[in-house]
Amino acid sequence: MMVPLWLIVLVKSAVLLLVVVTTFAYAMLAERKVLGWMQLRPGPNRVGPWGLMQPAADAAKLMLKEDLTPKTADPLIYRLAPFISLLTAFSVYAIIPFGSSSSGTWAIGNVNAGILLILAITSIGVYGISLGGWASGSKYPLLGSVRATAQMISYELAMSLSFIGVLILAGTTSLDGIVNAQVRWWFFVPQFFGCIIYIITAVAETNRTPFDLVEAETELVAGFHTEYSGLRFGLFFIAEYVNMLTVSCIATLLFFGGWNAPLGLTLIPGVVWFVAKVAMFMFFYMWLRATLPRLRYDRLMAFGWKVLLPLATLNLVVTAIVVAFRG
Amino acid sequence: MQSSTIKKNLYNVGAILKGLSITFGYMFRKRPTIQYPSVKKQHAPRFHGLHELRRYGDGQERCIGCELCSSACPANAITVIGAENAPGDRVSPGERHAARYEIDELRCIFCGMCEEACPTDAIVLTPRFEMADYRRGSFIYDKDRLLVPIDAGVGAAPDERPGGIPGDLGRVADIKSTTDVAEGYSATWRGEILKTQRRGLASQ
Repeated sequence: MMVPLWLIVLVKSAVLLLVVVTTFAYAMLAERKVLGWMQLRPGPNRVGPWGLMQPAADAAKLMLKEDLTPKTADPLIYRLAPFISLLTAFSVYAIIPFGSSSSGTWAIGNVNAGILLILAITSIGVYGISLGGWASGSKYPLLGSVRATAQMISYELAMSLSFIGVLILAGTTSLDGIVNAQVRWWFFVPQFFGCIIYIITAVAETNRTPFDLVEAETELVAGFHTEYSGLRFGLFFIAEYVNMLTVSCIATLLFFGGWNAPLGLTLIPGVVWFVAKVAMFMFFYMWLRATLPRLRYDRLMAFGWKVLLPLATLNLVVTAIVVAFRG
Repeated sequence: MQSSTIKKNLYNVGAILKGLSITFGYMFRKRPTIQYPSVKKQHAPRFHGLHELRRYGDGQERCIGCELCSSACPANAITVIGAENAPGDRVSPGERHAARYEIDELRCIFCGMCEEACPTDAIVLTPRFEMADYRRGSFIYDKDRLLVPIDAGVGAAPDERPGGIPGDLGRVADIKSTTDVAEGYSATWRGEILKTQRRGLASQ
């Protein structure tokens, strides 16, 4: 008996959605814990043992809060914007492979131009933020969303350029192809500068400290989501963390060998390695947030256009020349 | 690009790495947090907290309704209304006692001046500090709440609390009448000195 393909995809999607949402919940708790430790605080520890029920308490709180729509807001777009953010954040997981076994790659869809599709989907994510800010009909969200648009466009260029170095080395745009090309050498080694540039731009793309000008509390109250409350704010919040998870997954896939085991430790299954590497990146983001202050806006722009973009281009040209001459 | 610019940028990268190492190190430091409601910090032995009206060993109230605490209070938090002691039914060993004794704990600044002013050591500040309540009215403590209940003993003076002033043996608890206080009362802190001086003046 053949199980229909749509059923397999549906079940896979449901399981993946559950996994991603749970990961989001505990990534949030982990962030609060790590931030706490780095600031000599214990972090949340009142709900459940070691604070482990905190995400559930937060979710219940957000659901019970009043869902406000400002009088000046454009109601339809205002209500739609969080869903755009969330939908794009989740849909990336349809093509991210998590591991590999003899029966194939562990992913919902194995797309041959995976990396391009990821770029395309994540680019839509900015609409959630910019429309949400614009439709709020209030000044701080508008400023936040204008910043978001400018920042995302500026840093996406350098990010795409840092991808291309990897694509040249791997000779393919499919994600499992890229991972399989890293069996011997993780691209972190030959693409060291590409990797650094990607990590920096990824922080900027997810609007996190030190590039969180979109929600800069000190200047813009809460940036694009100032007017949002309750569950709609929660959706933006989920989207931010899921995006963080996405860029961590991409960094793992492109530069840190995906599910390839380091030092020939193939005894531990590949998925565990993948999760460990993603967790490392997530920790790095939290660590960065606990350490660095926010950039000034003009410096953010100058850094993106005058430093990262030329460096990414240089990295690309050097990679291309080396690959061309060595065959 | 000039070499100075490169140098500056390398310095900045170094600064970021240094910052990262500092925050990483802090993760493993001992956290100074005290898990307050479940774990309580040990406060100083003479901590100024909630007031208490003490009794003598025979159960009589120490307060003689002289209103010195009320006039010493810089925050005007204390109200005392004195009354004569009925011969058959004495409340305090003196001529008078406090018919009403009220402290507004919201006005109180916990300076301890009342404690210093009191000639009979009737009003003392205990180390109790958890007074949170829901209504402003609940913070006006009357005699019912300030007086130590008879079955709870006489109440503790600050210098007889556990870990109190070394060398002071808590003599106050044995004192049965106000006249006992004046002789051989060794002053151990500023308040006591003032108290002995005042008593000296009063006896002249």
